[in-house]
Amino acid sequence: MLLDYETLKLIWWLLVGVLFIGFAVTDGMDMGVGTLLPFLGKTDDERRVIINTIGPHWDGNQVWLITAGGAIFAAWPLVYAAAFSGFYFAMLLALFGLFFRPVGFDYRSKIANKHWRNAWDWGLFIGGAVPALVFGIAFGNLLQGVPFHLDEFLRPFYSGSFLGLLNPFALLAGFISLGMLTLHGAIWLQLRTAEPIASRAKAVTKQIGLATIAAFALAGIWLATGIDGFRVVSEHIPNATPNPLTKEVVQESYAWLSNYGTYPLTLLFPILGFAGLGLGILGSIKDHPGWGLFASSLGLTGIIMTAGAAMFPFIMPSNTNPNSSLVVWDAVSSHLTLNVMFWAAMIFIPLILIYTTWTYAMMWRRITVEEIQAQDHLAY
Amino acid sequence: MLDSSMIELSRWQFASTALYHFLFVPLTLGLSWILVIMESVYVMTKREIYRDMTKFWGKLFGINFALGVTTGLTMEFQFGTNWAYYSHYVGDVFGAPLAIEGLMAFFLESTFIGLFFLGWERLSKRQHLGVTFLMAFGSNLSALWILIANGWMQNPVGAEFSFETMRMEMTSFAELVTNPVAQVKFVHTVAAGYVTASMFVLGISAWYMLKGRDLAFAKRSFSVAVGFGMASILSVILLGDESGYEVGDIQRVKLAAIEAEWETEPAPAAFTIYGNPNNADQETHDAIKVPWLLGLIATRSLDTQVKGLKELMAEHEVRIRNGMIAYDYLERLRGGQDTPENRARFEEHKADLGYGLLLKPYVENPAQASEEHIQLAVKDSIPEVAPIFWAFRVMVGAGVWMLLLLALGFYFNAKRVIQKQRWLLWLFLFSIPMPWIAVETGWFVAEFGRQPWAIGEVLPTSIAVSSLTTHDLIISMSGFLIFYTLLFIIEMFLMIKFARLGPSSLHTGRYHYEQIAGSAGGMTPATAPQKPAE
Ligand code: HDD
Ligand code: HEM
Ligand code: HEM
Repeated sequence: MLLDYETLKLIWWLLVGVLFIGFAVTDGMDMGVGTLLPFLGKTDDERRVIINTIGPHWDGNQVWLITAGGAIFAAWPLVYAAAFSGFYFAMLLALFGLFFRPVGFDYRSKIANKHWRNAWDWGLFIGGAVPALVFGIAFGNLLQGVPFHLDEFLRPFYSGSFLGLLNPFALLAGFISLGMLTLHGAIWLQLRTAEPIASRAKAVTKQIGLATIAAFALAGIWLATGIDGFRVVSEHIPNATPNPLTKEVVQESYAWLSNYGTYPLTLLFPILGFAGLGLGILGSIKDHPGWGLFASSLGLTGIIMTAGAAMFPFIMPSNTNPNSSLVVWDAVSSHLTLNVMFWAAMIFIPLILIYTTWTYAMMWRRITVEEIQAQDHLAY
Repeated sequence: MLDSSMIELSRWQFASTALYHFLFVPLTLGLSWILVIMESVYVMTKREIYRDMTKFWGKLFGINFALGVTTGLTMEFQFGTNWAYYSHYVGDVFGAPLAIEGLMAFFLESTFIGLFFLGWERLSKRQHLGVTFLMAFGSNLSALWILIANGWMQNPVGAEFSFETMRMEMTSFAELVTNPVAQVKFVHTVAAGYVTASMFVLGISAWYMLKGRDLAFAKRSFSVAVGFGMASILSVILLGDESGYEVGDIQRVKLAAIEAEWETEPAPAAFTIYGNPNNADQETHDAIKVPWLLGLIATRSLDTQVKGLKELMAEHEVRIRNGMIAYDYLERLRGGQDTPENRARFEEHKADLGYGLLLKPYVENPAQASEEHIQLAVKDSIPEVAPIFWAFRVMVGAGVWMLLLLALGFYFNAKRVIQKQRWLLWLFLFSIPMPWIAVETGWFVAEFGRQPWAIGEVLPTSIAVSSLTTHDLIISMSGFLIFYTLLFIIEMFLMIKFARLGPSSLHTGRYHYEQIAGSAGGMTPATAPQKPAE
């Protein structure tokens, strides 16, 4: 069945959002766990407990990230091209960070040597914290506009520098990303480990959570008052053949707030962001980490959608040549490709959710130091 | 114009990271099925030794898999980071199989691999076998989709160029999926993976037999792998359905380069066993030829001609001239002169636009190329012949060697006297690198033989790159070099350590080192684990 092109363009914006959220809720949590690992695990056995809470799942979870990359390639090829090559060293930094995880999980406990294991624990820390930071920084830069342009044959050229990416607002966004994922990971650990790790995890949720909420609020104020958004001023032609060079874009104050004015329902996203993180902390403090985890998942969803909704329809605005900006209507693939990929997603995402849930159910329990000692050669 | 040393470095980076990824891929593809076989025997017969086999080879599988995932991540990022124009130009078609690979295959293999390792205590026997099966199935599905993507680069069917969006767009998903080149590639590559895993298990099992330890374990592993390996090597060599190498200009050029055949010979063509191909003279010096053999290998017939490189280049020259016209009209159309007449003229020549783009390294505007430029582009339109010629012979040589070895292994194993053939066991041990040599040279033939195209006849490699600088590439290459070298050392260290330890690493108390430790009053050899098994 062939859906209308305009509808598909919109659906793909939502689907990419779904993949990002899937990534944050599952693998983001693993990154949070990795970030906390060296601090919450005091002994080797304790660290193994922490690792084994996500041991069976981290690899499947990581595929949300891989698939988000693949989906951007298929649905928004120009975004994939311009963002990945433009943010070259940032992407490599995230990639090199990710390198530590597959080997870290699998190799760490294969050798009973203190230095070996210690080194991998810090590797897992890097593999969690660095990508989480970099992805936030990337978002922070998208919100400010990226210095790039397209030539007449649509070749993207990036004219910024790596250090330019590390501006204060982007660092704040990086902090939010790291903070929210760490909070999420801490609540998970509280849910899935026994004492004393569970209460150590509980002890950090409040600080991390409140700091993240404050940073999110600060970013909102900053965005509203200090950062110019973008707006398409030329007429929007529905179902148009995608061509990013035919529109006219201006950069102006408060443009990122206009969607919230036009569609007040979108205000639910920031509310969800605050409330989700808040209830996540509350669930943790009141010893209901299960509810806390559910709430923090909604919080992550709210935060990601807040940024998305502020920018819509922009995906990657250009601040040096605004007309080159990439928006959901013109950076997309052809009608046929969007349609084929839509159906592929409709078939496979539910299947993935079903079998992933099954694997979580099969492995569900609180992991204890005793169990790890008993399964010394089986566990990670 | 793009900096040529940056282009060179981009190619080096992609080639080295892809070849590196493919050190780990084939073992995953094959060993996962071997695990399924072993575990199925366990579930059917309930004999513990088969569970131990699954667990032990599974350990080695895991060590390899971790690096497969690590290096696969690089590949997923790299199209965007380093091949940005490529990503824009063909993402509409090429991105689809890549994304489907994630949804359909990576999720499956990666979700279940965790349970394969950590679910032994928590799943029933049948559930665990199901998990192992889904993991193997997922890995092989991933090979299918990535090879559909790669097959499309060699033979871009089901897509058309659109001047409005300035890119290739999908016209038929079905044609993309049923691309004959992709099918041939899938069979050949996956079977090559099965051979790799078989040779790996055989080599290590042979070593245990030579050392006279864990014999029951080693013999059973050997039996499983030798049967699987025999079937696989036959598939690699015989099932490589020849039709895939006849469609499209790229595959024809590749075939001629493999053969270093400059002039078209009357069918059936001779096979050059030895020679020194030289692109500058367009000749192969000191060639030793076997009559008829090429016709048989390449076309499986005695009356189909294999076109020579000179004739192919003459065809390319015509197409380059056409491509200049196509480029001219493309510029007009994009420059705002979108008249029906210009469209018609462009449509007429559009199939050769890619050939026009081959002039880009020499002139900014291919429509204004000089005769000299055209001649240079014609020379570029075929790959460097000698490396392909030799790489192909190394692959085939390795293939024939493994066929002989596997046949002997199969025979002596069936007669139940394999353990006595010590010479053969030594050969198996020392042949462990052979399948890797074959797969790496095979990919080299396939990919280097595709040059100068990134997408056959559509997009030259030279313009497919990102707008980066040589400096950027030197930094990223150094990063990969450092990380990949370290990872390789660590992986080899663990692999060798656990292969040496053998099934004793499972701590069941039933295997060699623990048995010695028991009988020698608790003395443990240095390599043995410190903790006793429960
Ligand atoms: C013929 C098979 C084949 C080929 C040609 C490639 N791969 Fe691969 N890849 C696999 C077969 C495979 C696999 C068997 O599925 C792996 C290898 C080991 C493993 O862990 O899974 C894998 C892992 C793997 C992963 C990690 C997946 C996970 O977490 O499970 C990614 C992201 C990629 N690959 C991406 C690529 C890309 C973008 C390629 C194109 C250049 C590529 N691979 C070539
Ligand atoms: C994992 C197995 C693979 C190996 C070992 C491999 C090997 C190579 C080699 C040796 C080159 C260098 C050719 C040259 O520049 O001279 C290359 C280039 C390239 N390959 Fe592959 N390749 C593999 C899989 C793939 C797949 C599956 C794809 C696409 C889906 C792909 C896409 C490319 C691209 C885009 C380039 C760079 C452009 C070029 O130089 O042609 N490769 N690869
Ligand atoms: C002995 C007879 C063999 C023949 C006639 C043969 C033929 C070929 C040809 C023509 C190609 C290039 C395909 C293309 O570019 O489209 C190729 C590629 C390849 N070969 Fe072989 N091969 C043989 C044995 C082997 C063996 C024993 C292995 C490994 C165990 C192997 C692994 C590969 C791989 C991995 C590729 C790259 C993927 C592909 O293009 O299919 N080959 N082979």
